[in-house]
Amino acid sequence: MWQWFYRLGSPKWFYEMSGKWLPWLYVLMTVLMSVGIVWALLFVPQDYQQGDTIRIMYVHVPVASISLACFPLMAVAGIITLVWKMKLADMVAKCAAPIGAWFTAVALATGAIWGQPIWGTWWAWDARLTSMLIQFFLLIGVIALRSAIESPDDSARACALLAIVGAINVPIIKYSVEWWNTLHQPASNFSMDNESAFGPEIWVPLVIMIFAVYCFFVISLILSTRNEILRRERRAQWVQDIVAVEKV
Amino acid sequence: MKQNALNILPDGQPVPVSTYTAFKATLRRDLLIALKRRNDLLNPLMFFLIVVSLFPLGVSSDPQELTRIAAGTVWVSALLASMLSLDNLYRADYEDGSLEQLLLSPQPLYFLVLAKNIGHWLVSGLPVVLLSPLLAYMLYLPGDAYWTLVFTLLLGTPVLSLFGSIGVALTVGLGSRGLILAVIVLPLTVPVLIIGAKAVADVSLGLPLAMHYSLLGALLALSLSLAPLASAAALKISVN
Repeated sequence: MWQWFYRLGSPKWFYEMSGKWLPWLYVLMTVLMSVGIVWALLFVPQDYQQGDTIRIMYVHVPVASISLACFPLMAVAGIITLVWKMKLADMVAKCAAPIGAWFTAVALATGAIWGQPIWGTWWAWDARLTSMLIQFFLLIGVIALRSAIESPDDSARACALLAIVGAINVPIIKYSVEWWNTLHQPASNFSMDNESAFGPEIWVPLVIMIFAVYCFFVISLILSTRNEILRRERRAQWVQDIVAVEKV
Repeated sequence: MKQNALNILPDGQPVPVSTYTAFKATLRRDLLIALKRRNDLLNPLMFFLIVVSLFPLGVSSDPQELTRIAAGTVWVSALLASMLSLDNLYRADYEDGSLEQLLLSPQPLYFLVLAKNIGHWLVSGLPVVLLSPLLAYMLYLPGDAYWTLVFTLLLGTPVLSLFGSIGVALTVGLGSRGLILAVIVLPLTVPVLIIGAKAVADVSLGLPLAMHYSLLGALLALSLSLAPLASAAALKISVN
């Protein structure tokens, strides 16, 4: 029963399998991204209050929602690293931290661009903005700890622990910040009703964009994990075989 | 049973030591060491005093403006002071090898780490709490907020020590750790800062404070029960 789990832990197996998944993911992302972007930019009706600026939502919301998935992902990878000492989990966690930090930064930047015309300010100490900013700081902390510890085994376990502590803290920070100050509009509920302000014509392209950005995140994660695998396993025979084939 | 000088029973086995005894011994040792190094004891306090005095110089000497920022200033300075003193928590023990002895002891590491954290708080957190009314007076904190400030600091500074201990334990083996410690630990302390500073601000507005105290108490209970476990795990990682 656990065989698949142990096989998943083998960097070589992951390298080979992910090589097969990648082309499909590329196709899926290209289709979703082009449909989503064209639909969102050209065919979604203008918002009666926000006009064309509503279209920023189609980048902002997917990026922000995926950046929230980063800490749970790193915490799960961290638990696997600490309990089963699986090298692959640590490689994924190591690659997820900078990608997550970038997604958080992009969410903050698109939020600022959206906030300028709507709220009249680039930045406000609002609950969600602030908790995003603090999540960014937490990710920077994990990256800093990773680069400070030289031994790969020690840094794997230390970062795993920090990711778990951080993941326990993220909800606490979120609620305390929310309790402190709130300006951001609450997340809108999806509605099938066309009369609603947030009907299907608005949310269907948003869902498409969320899936497209998810694909982008997974592709980035897989690509950088593959690099990490090659870097760490560079002395292994199978890596040298791959390099030999590529050279010829 | 009376123990002999070497703590060894006649049959050659060591005298079993209860966890409580080990806890007390660790705490006593840390407090004794702190008392012998007066500078380490005074520096965080002086730092606290200096940082708080910088705010009127940097912001304004206007009493009204200072009243508004008093609570936040005292809280942020207490946070930074506790941050600065964190390095004492494990570094000397790491360098002279007694940290390894601590890890090798058969006692549950949770209680030993807890003892060290409590010792650290008694030496660096409690003096800050006791000094805070004086600094609050210099910042024209409204009269009804003093007790709130002291009580929130009393509940909040142990949380800072407990969270900080995780960060120190993770970085104790590194060469240069001053800044990385702050980068790791400061974001974790955001909830304590928010709740503590808001309680002091809210009492001036006449709002009820039961919720603020409950939240701080909950954070303290959570960090008392979980943070030493994380610190213990981190120490095991840092000390191979």
